[in-house]
Amino acid sequence: MTALRPGRRAGPAEPDEVLAAMADPTRRRLLGVLAADGPATASTLADGLPISRQAVAKHLAVLSRAGLVTSSKHGRDVRFAVRTGGLSEAADWLAGLAAEWDDRLAAIKRIAETNE
Amino acid sequence: MSQDLIEREILIEASRERVWAVLTQAKHVAGWFGDSAEIDLRPGGKAAFGWTQYGTHRAVIERVDEPNLLSYRWARDTDVEPAEGASTLVEFTLTEVFAGTLLRVVETGFASLHGTPAEQDKALQDNTEGWTSELAELKEYAERSAA
Repeated sequence: MTALRPGRRAGPAEPDEVLAAMADPTRRRLLGVLAADGPATASTLADGLPISRQAVAKHLAVLSRAGLVTSSKHGRDVRFAVRTGGLSEAADWLAGLAAEWDDRLAAIKRIAETNE
Repeated sequence: MSQDLIEREILIEASRERVWAVLTQAKHVAGWFGDSAEIDLRPGGKAAFGWTQYGTHRAVIERVDEPNLLSYRWARDTDVEPAEGASTLVEFTLTEVFAGTLLRVVETGFASLHGTPAEQDKALQDNTEGWTSELAELKEYAERSAA
């Protein structure tokens, strides 16, 4: 019987920082707003959320380190935008894990149906 | 518990008892999950799934309800204990259907990995939003706005 590789070592590289960044509901919300409404400054984002500009800036820094947002200067403003690559990598990683379960379930089916 | 999850299912033309045996008996498990397996099948019991190429992933059994449900927490890395924040929870449910058994697997806990302890707590408390589906939606949004 061919053993399937473990999910932990197989597939695309694990986007550690993306996972940590996405673990926070406020950061997910910020990403959602940026994705839906387009680039914005920390102040603009804070206006629409029940948290301070400082807190928003902190969350944006985490998202930036994880490669989920980019920032650019426009005069005195720093505008943040969603970086699609980071999200795609994380989505691909989860899809890869799901595909491994499909392989394992298919193997379970094969064993259960043939080795009676 | 957070809803960051992977959920898959398959229809198997065999009895639930048969599928249960394949899920829980070490000699069968080694056929679909690694090259060797040890399982102490009781809540709190230890399990180990070995891959000759990679090492051993340790697990601890959480729930055993033959032949309906089996769950265990397994370590993300080899040769470490399946501690909170360093492991994910795998839950199998077996449902009798006319053609045999519907086997469903749900793996959760990805969002609580790798964060700081505070972030892990927050992720565990956050039970209102689906992480995986949000990620997919965000990706869609982002790709649409980039186009």
